[in-house]
Amino acid sequence: MRLRNARVAFFGITLAATLAACGGSQETSNKSAEPSSPGATPPGQRVDTASAGSVTGVVTLDGTAPKNEPIKMNADPVCVTQNKTPQFQEAYVVGSDGKTLGNVFVYVKDGLGNYVYDAPKETARIDQKDCRYHPHVFGMRVNQPLEILNSDPTLHNIHALPKKNSEFNTGQPIQGMKMTHTFDKPEVMVPFKCDVHGWMNAYVGVLDHPYYAVTKDDGKFELKDLPAGTYTIEAWHEKLGATPQSVTLGPKETKEITFSFKAPAGVTTTN
Amino acid sequence: MLHRFAKLVAACTVLLILAGSLVTSHDAGLSVPDWPTSYGWNMFTFPPSMWVANIFYEHGHRLIASSVGLLTIILAVWIWLADSRRWLRWFGVTALGAVIAQGVLGGLTVLFFLPPAVSTAHAALAEIFFCMTVAIALFTSPGWIAGYAAGADPRVGPGGPVGPTLRHLATATTVLIYLQILVGATMRHTGAGLAIPDFPLMFGHVVPDHWSAAIAIHFAHRAGALVVAAAAVATAAYTWRRYTDRAELAQPVLVLILLVAVQVTLGALTIISRRDPLTNSVHVVCGALVLTTSLVLALRTWRVRFAQQREEPQGTQSAQSTLGFSSAVSASSAIKRGSARA
Repeated sequence: MRLRNARVAFFGITLAATLAACGGSQETSNKSAEPSSPGATPPGQRVDTASAGSVTGVVTLDGTAPKNEPIKMNADPVCVTQNKTPQFQEAYVVGSDGKTLGNVFVYVKDGLGNYVYDAPKETARIDQKDCRYHPHVFGMRVNQPLEILNSDPTLHNIHALPKKNSEFNTGQPIQGMKMTHTFDKPEVMVPFKCDVHGWMNAYVGVLDHPYYAVTKDDGKFELKDLPAGTYTIEAWHEKLGATPQSVTLGPKETKEITFSFKAPAGVTTTN
Repeated sequence: MLHRFAKLVAACTVLLILAGSLVTSHDAGLSVPDWPTSYGWNMFTFPPSMWVANIFYEHGHRLIASSVGLLTIILAVWIWLADSRRWLRWFGVTALGAVIAQGVLGGLTVLFFLPPAVSTAHAALAEIFFCMTVAIALFTSPGWIAGYAAGADPRVGPGGPVGPTLRHLATATTVLIYLQILVGATMRHTGAGLAIPDFPLMFGHVVPDHWSAAIAIHFAHRAGALVVAAAAVATAAYTWRRYTDRAELAQPVLVLILLVAVQVTLGALTIISRRDPLTNSVHVVCGALVLTTSLVLALRTWRVRFAQQREEPQGTQSAQSTLGFSSAVSASSAIKRGSARA
């Protein structure tokens, strides 16, 4: 009898040991990482737009842009119906000369001090349309409402994978469904993905100030109404990483800068 | 009949493991963001027209898991009613508990965005549950109940005992395979499947020339494959040398060796194909089959030993040659009593 009980106990212990060995110490992935930035809502002066300057410039690509990966949408007939032409990822968006780079997020990373800014009046928006995210790269402010819309006659889930803010994953099974979300901490960048359609991805830069821009295929950007000062300005690209640059700006001065990303070696031209 | 049903449950569990591995291989684990509902629908009324893209894998996995859960309930009740072996009755109940816990772990990993610890535990418990279903199928088989008398070694008599060397070898091999599967599951759920991108070399060397946590996990899985293969070969060599005419031992050993060869090949192909989802998934399933094949062998080597330990306290039998027969009669009569009662 004791031996039989011992055998039953053995299997129970094996189960418990397995769970204990595998389930012990890892943090859950939805845990917020850091407290809010102290610069989010401090008392401070407002920017005097009359004496402010601006930073303009262009993002260039040194070398040949890699070919964007093709997307097979045949796992969802709705996506196939909505996209008659061959589809490709949007990582490399370049100008007609192939030398300027789009979908680059340019922003003031450091040097703003304790200025305070008006809360944005408009709502940021990301749309799931034609089995893509629109826009692919964008910026928004801390605590600004983000409207998430599903314009497709198929279901999507919107899954944000921040490191500082809270992760969320919400289903939108019906066409026209909307939801609103806010991020309460600055974070560059927060990736979005649709786990239903693995090719769908987007990135948002969440900032506590208004000095950001996203380049189009001409690579141009402009950061307006910047007070005089010395800033670290960074350009971020989803494949090529981030590159910072220091800029000193005088009152009413406009400075032009260039960010140059080096293209990966051994690639073919982009679509 | 109970044995056939137990085999059906084990076969369905193979299908379930395949479905689960397809979920991970397609990165589809969060394609249905809610649980136990599916996009707000009851799981069983979620419209098939919405099973598109990765939802097909995740929702299919949930449905198959529910079916296996239902089959396990039936199996546990059936064993309870039809089999008089008390330990087996409780083993069936434990299997039911395992599949329920497995479902809860699956739900938790979705709700908490696939934390590696929970996902790995889900994979680990899946293997345990599969082992339990296979063990139940074995325990209810005519060969087990008869003490494998038909395949007896003439040197030791019908259903004769297996020496401690093979018992320990087969048991150690089974434990090593399970540990290897745990490392593999950790590798899958921490995204380390291609941390070492080349095969058979590692970054062009026999041993990686640089390290990270992901590389270490991946390397451990490759090294583990060598250890498991060596253990399987040792078990096979010993079995074929000492127990060639014991079909209940020689046959699973042959299957074990073949499966290990296929498994190593699939592992290599998984890397070479850059983690092709189907190849990767079949690799997971084959690993589970390697484990349960080794488990069957190990349990069979312990079969007579179990009987011996049951008999010893009574002190009625001392000759080894009679143990297999006596235990066979005892177990057989137990089943008959149970069947008559059922």
